[in-house]
Amino acid sequence: MEYFIQQLINGITLGGMYALIALGYTMVYGVIQLINFAHGEFFAAGGYVGAIALGYFAGIGYMETHPIICLTASFAMAMAYCAYLAVGVEKIAYKPLRKESRLAALLSALGMSIFLSNGLMLTQGVYDAVYPSELFQGRFDFGMVTISYLQIMIVSLTAFLLVGLNLLVFKTKVGMAMRATAQDKTMSALVAIGSNRIISLTFAIGAGLACAAGIMYGLYYGSVRYDMGFVPGIKAFAAAVLGGIGNITGAMLGGLIIGMVEIFGAGYLSSEYKDVFAFIILIAVLYFKPNGIMGENIDDTRV
Amino acid sequence: MSIQPMLELKNVHSGYGSIKALKGISLKVMPGEIVAIIGANGAGKSTTLMTICGIVKVEKGEVLYRGKVINKVPPEKLPTMGLCQVPEGRRIFPRLTVMENLRLGAFYRDDTNQIMKDIQHSYEMFPILGERKSQKGGTLSGGEQQMLAIARALMTKPKVLLLDEPSLGLAPIIVQQIFDIIAQINKEKGTTILLVEQNANLALQAASRGYVVETGEITLEDEAPSLLANPKIREAYLGE
Repeated sequence: MEYFIQQLINGITLGGMYALIALGYTMVYGVIQLINFAHGEFFAAGGYVGAIALGYFAGIGYMETHPIICLTASFAMAMAYCAYLAVGVEKIAYKPLRKESRLAALLSALGMSIFLSNGLMLTQGVYDAVYPSELFQGRFDFGMVTISYLQIMIVSLTAFLLVGLNLLVFKTKVGMAMRATAQDKTMSALVAIGSNRIISLTFAIGAGLACAAGIMYGLYYGSVRYDMGFVPGIKAFAAAVLGGIGNITGAMLGGLIIGMVEIFGAGYLSSEYKDVFAFIILIAVLYFKPNGIMGENIDDTRV
Repeated sequence: MSIQPMLELKNVHSGYGSIKALKGISLKVMPGEIVAIIGANGAGKSTTLMTICGIVKVEKGEVLYRGKVINKVPPEKLPTMGLCQVPEGRRIFPRLTVMENLRLGAFYRDDTNQIMKDIQHSYEMFPILGERKSQKGGTLSGGEQQMLAIARALMTKPKVLLLDEPSLGLAPIIVQQIFDIIAQINKEKGTTILLVEQNANLALQAASRGYVVETGEITLEDEAPSLLANPKIREAYLGE
């Protein structure tokens, strides 16, 4: 039983990260019907900017005295950086192709992914970038079950971001405009909503969330690598499809499920195959329920 | 000195790629007027409105709004200048509520209090919208959607309102209601209206002047009563 609860906690931690990444896929798909295969690179870029920022703060000794401020500043800087990066990527690689076939933009996204990942390798090197280890060292022990402060931080920040996103999309004027743009771009223009701005904003938000997940990943596993965007990116894509692509609530749910399945699969079946479970789910969803689990009421919570 | 037209098209050409839909449309709409564009399916009526709104690009000629050339103005800027269209098929945002659809009509406006008052005013004008304010736009009937589309357009505070086939697919009793409202908007708010209709009879009764469009060109323009009396029009568009 303790083992089960422990796995559950680990699953929520990992699943939350997948959910954050999956949101970017699903929001971008909702607004411009593109699977942004370069999305995983924002996760990687975030992990690196986080490593650099936190490493800097640790180097000047601020980390021990003001850990919360350092962490907040690092998240804010990295998320802003990734948001701008994503807006730039959209302008360069997708916007010129908006009137072409969807395949053209999809290929452009694959190219962008390779470009960004190699750019990261050339500028940051092929070796792991290490996260400062003195952050959130403590943990709670409940018999066999342990929850680290780090896990609590990650889960609460994830929850904060997910709630914030929901409020933004479903309760604000800008969110309303995003949903309108996803539904009918011409009509949106006729009520003065500029679709270019909304598309940029969607990319920025999606990348910001993926970036936050990248930093959490770095904190959780201790280091980041230039090619770290690929596998979590594809798993998050599987999560978005599982939830019903275009559906925000679905992406959150899908991310949690994929994270759980991966952790439980690794814990109870075989950790060798932990990467396989997400893809088994992806194939099963595409085969049996291509609309995803939120497919039926896709009308309600689509972007 | 003559009065400046609210809207003027000078020899406007536009189209979709190699298909030329408009081949030199010229027309004028004076302040406070209701003007009708009538014509058959595919004659270029909707394209005319979409070209005015910048959704379809002008290839040649000029579109002037209150004396200013607007060919190059991005479509999303025009509603902020007072030029708004209710497009064919109403295009309600189906997964947004009635309330949200109305709110987005006022997207560019910052006067939150006045926006709330205007939404209330929409509900007074169309009580059915008030009853259904939390319902998704896609669940409304055709007539209710047309009312919502008009109410949403009014939220942009238009000086010129372009209406594309407001009668399309609606029961005769609803059509009459919609046209009463159009007349009321014109009368009470002084909104200039350019109306596109296949239902020529209805359109020419509401309008003071009319233009006849055939294959992308204006073939006739006249006072609405004269057009209604014109035997050619009666034969071609009024089914006599």
